[in-house]
Amino acid sequence: MTASEIISLSALELGQAIKEGRTTSPEAVDAYLEKIAAEDGRFHSYITVLADEARARAAEVQAKIEAGELTGPLAGVPVALKDNLCTKGLLTTCASKILYNFRPPYTATAVQKLLDAGAVILGKANMDEFAMGSTTETSYFGPTGNPVDPEHVPGGSSGGSAAAVGAYLAPYALGTDTGGSIRQPASYCGVVGMKPTYGAVSRYGLIAYGSSLDQIGPLAHTVSDCAAVLETIAGHDERDSTSAGDPAIDMHYTDALVRDVKGMKIGIPSSYFGEGLDHEVKEAVLAAAEVLRAEGAEIEEFDLPMVDYAIPAYYVIAMAECSSNLSRFDGVKYGYRTERFEDLQDIYKRSRSEGFGTEVKRRLMIGAFVLSSGYYDAYYNKALKVRACIKKAFDEAFAKYDVILAPAAPTTAPKKGESLSDPLKMYLSDIYTVSVNLAGLPGITVPVGQDAKGLPIGMQILGNTFCDKTIIRAAYTYEQAAKERKGGRA
Amino acid sequence: MSKEYEIVIGLEVHVELATKTKIFCGCTTEFGGEPNTHCCPVCSGMPGTLPTLNKKVVEFAAAVGLALGCDITRKCKFDRKNYFYPDLPKAYQISQLYLPICRNGGVTIETKDGGEKFIRLHEIHMEEDAGKLIHDEWTGQSLIDFNRCGVPLIEIVSEPDMRSADEVISYLTNLKSTIEYLGVSDCKMQEGSMRADVNLSVREAGAEEFGTRTEMKNLNSFKAIARAIEAEAARQIDLIEDGGTVRQETRRWDDAKGASYAMRSKEDAQDYRYFPEPDLPPIEISEEFLAEIKSREPEMRAEKKARYIDDYALPEYDADILTGTKALADMFEGAVALGCKPKEVSNWLMVDTLRLMKEDGVDASDLKFTAEQLAALIGLLDAGKINRPTSREVFEAMFREAVDPAAYVEEKGLIMEQDDDALRAVIEQVIADNPKSVADYKGGKKKAIGALVGQTMKAMKGKADPGTVNRMLAELLDE
Amino acid sequence: MAVSITDQTVEYVAALAKLELSEAEKERTKKDLEEILGYMDTMNELDTEDVEPMSHVNPVKNVFREDVVINGPDRENILSNAPEEQDGCAVVPPTFN
Repeated sequence: MTASEIISLSALELGQAIKEGRTTSPEAVDAYLEKIAAEDGRFHSYITVLADEARARAAEVQAKIEAGELTGPLAGVPVALKDNLCTKGLLTTCASKILYNFRPPYTATAVQKLLDAGAVILGKANMDEFAMGSTTETSYFGPTGNPVDPEHVPGGSSGGSAAAVGAYLAPYALGTDTGGSIRQPASYCGVVGMKPTYGAVSRYGLIAYGSSLDQIGPLAHTVSDCAAVLETIAGHDERDSTSAGDPAIDMHYTDALVRDVKGMKIGIPSSYFGEGLDHEVKEAVLAAAEVLRAEGAEIEEFDLPMVDYAIPAYYVIAMAECSSNLSRFDGVKYGYRTERFEDLQDIYKRSRSEGFGTEVKRRLMIGAFVLSSGYYDAYYNKALKVRACIKKAFDEAFAKYDVILAPAAPTTAPKKGESLSDPLKMYLSDIYTVSVNLAGLPGITVPVGQDAKGLPIGMQILGNTFCDKTIIRAAYTYEQAAKERKGGRA
Repeated sequence: MSKEYEIVIGLEVHVELATKTKIFCGCTTEFGGEPNTHCCPVCSGMPGTLPTLNKKVVEFAAAVGLALGCDITRKCKFDRKNYFYPDLPKAYQISQLYLPICRNGGVTIETKDGGEKFIRLHEIHMEEDAGKLIHDEWTGQSLIDFNRCGVPLIEIVSEPDMRSADEVISYLTNLKSTIEYLGVSDCKMQEGSMRADVNLSVREAGAEEFGTRTEMKNLNSFKAIARAIEAEAARQIDLIEDGGTVRQETRRWDDAKGASYAMRSKEDAQDYRYFPEPDLPPIEISEEFLAEIKSREPEMRAEKKARYIDDYALPEYDADILTGTKALADMFEGAVALGCKPKEVSNWLMVDTLRLMKEDGVDASDLKFTAEQLAALIGLLDAGKINRPTSREVFEAMFREAVDPAAYVEEKGLIMEQDDDALRAVIEQVIADNPKSVADYKGGKKKAIGALVGQTMKAMKGKADPGTVNRMLAELLDE
Repeated sequence: MAVSITDQTVEYVAALAKLELSEAEKERTKKDLEEILGYMDTMNELDTEDVEPMSHVNPVKNVFREDVVINGPDRENILSNAPEEQDGCAVVPPTFN
């Protein structure tokens, strides 16, 4: 199989080809490494490329596949990991100077599950520093470019993961989603990205941003790939007490890869399609809804309340949690330590001031403020109450609908350099994604078209708690129907 | 002092729970060990790690709450307390602020005038311990040992109900005894498994309002606590008398200097920004859970004392002392279970053990000898293998050097002569050598036999039972 | 509730977050705090009087671990990232004075 043939395959197709001996894991890894070496200079989707490690690992995995020890659908298939997922002995930077040299002493559970299934890590993908941003421009190591047009951002914070997949520099990737960080870059880069229900995937080894919001999820070219990856990484983990332990929860996600939405009730929140939404995005998403209607779904508009309060509540909670989560980066145990110090306070203050970027510092300070004496009730506790209201609004919506459709972002990918100067404006662009994290719900983005400039547009399909299979079925149905309409393979 | 002042004291007592593993990870809680050998990515605060709650900690905390008559919070949660210090690797301590596991309850203490007083508890909460900083004199730097990070603690917070050092000591003694009885901590102040912080303020006698309080830390013994209370009360009264005001602050007690100093610099705003710990789901405590804990509650002091009086016919005074510390009670019951007479065991503990504990400044929980050894010693005595004076000598060696009594008497040649013929020969010689005493005895002065017993014992180098000697002498003289 | 952000507020939050700010950063922070907190205040339009704060989104509770030692000594691994190490410990400037 030629390198370009290998690269054109989805993750599952590549896994199948390796299994059938049409290619090998080392061949596949070489194909990707060569393409990364040739092209990632334009996109900068990786912070660290693990060429030697990947080649050595691919040979090992190949031997195990041939010995019949590894038989899963992803065995031998390479992967890109967002750089906030701990990989033992391998640089894990969170795209921050403060962790520029950090090599974790352990591996994240989700990553270990992929490794156990025979994955080969190509490298660690770029991201917004500590996942704080919507453009991957806050990375200490420089911004990532959109695979369609590198002058545009790939979205964020999992921009490196989305761009690597979109630019065919990895067949699939893991990202993390705290307020849209998988679904929004997937939309900007024209790939499929899924944030599972909070608790579906263990957070152990994910360097926390907002602990009550963070989830790990897949980015890939197809819904099937995402389902297969999710099936591999999901499940209860004794090391994460918030991971789902109820055996009644069905995590056989690939079973939902069925083209069938007949009778499925789909709600479209009118407030998500009003002012502030770019008309090209709106038309593409509503056209996609029509595709699902044609497949037999019942679609209606409805009024989803609380939308205006999601962003303030989300940012209060995320910033408060991050101000606590990031306190451990203090120049004492790991990571960057300032060179200019006399005493302990210097080590703390200067290591942190020199080690963190502007956006992170902003959030650490606002987070400290909303928890501080005298303001806790007005901000943090208020946000927790708003969160309860938002969850209730979704509970009521899901009593009527199986899934909800929404845009992933108000516009297509903006140009680099347009977003960071006005942080509040950047926060407001998360309008369609943050509620899902506040309510702990699953959401998947599928590509539904492009704007006049050719930049991708994505649509979100949102589901009820632990109804991840329902949104996978809806997304798969759309994907297959859309492909058929385009005259592609169904 | 021109005015009368009242001292108002509340206590925050930290108790390390005797679980096998830490509160949030599977590392050992063993005391000591090479620095950083009892830690893992979780308790050393590595990025990406998450806490997992040790069930035993909840059970132990609830057991203490039940024993102290607290209300158990049926839906409780953990919170994060945020502050920077090198012994706190996550830069937050997982603790409980909003919904602590226990509230209310209290401890009854005896007052100086023999009355009783109820010291109310505000709350008991669960939390993790911090690590230790070791100061390197050579380099002037501080080294961080994370071994103690994550050792489970309960913090028992009293209301400001105490009015003197005596009341504080009495409160602590009762608290310690209860916790030891429950078996949830060894409560060793020297090793830091029980630590008390003293919140103290003074006010004019009769005043309604409390004065400004200070918090005193680093108190490593009951003696230090009493000294610190006296010193801090005097310091605050002096300040007020001089027209100054007391500042609310945390002070560190230096027991060697007998003085305290303010601890924190202005760099550290005391704003801990508590918020619910998102990594730990809430705890719901059911009726069944509490019933289970209650059913596992061991015999506590009052029941035990009553049983000692009823079953072993011990005087109330003895029963009270023996049950005063769990270790002493365990020793008593251990030896009795091995067949020793209760009164005999009680005597060994009440007299010899307490005397040596006092002389050597040893806590009951640190006794070196075991109940088996005490029983063996009593056995040697009962079998007539050693006499009482020898047994005291052996006991001292057991107490101080942890010797095995049987091996010790063997090694030192302390076992009494069992050969009656040899003893008879010695006694005959003593009779022959002491005609005056013999004449006195035969003349009706029965007490004169004492001198002859003494001579015999001396000749036997103490290795004879005085009772047997007495009996044989009487037989020979009365022939 | 409109928060007024003073220079002291900026210094206070910087101290809590253990950050050292340049004059320009202080100005910028003041503006950010005003603007962003002001926006967050829109939450107050919503009456949440009788709402229980939601700190955990999933109804998971009572997740416990048994009291069994599973970790052995792992010092080398734990200290492998320390900027300064001595005698098996991470090192900081003196904490006692």
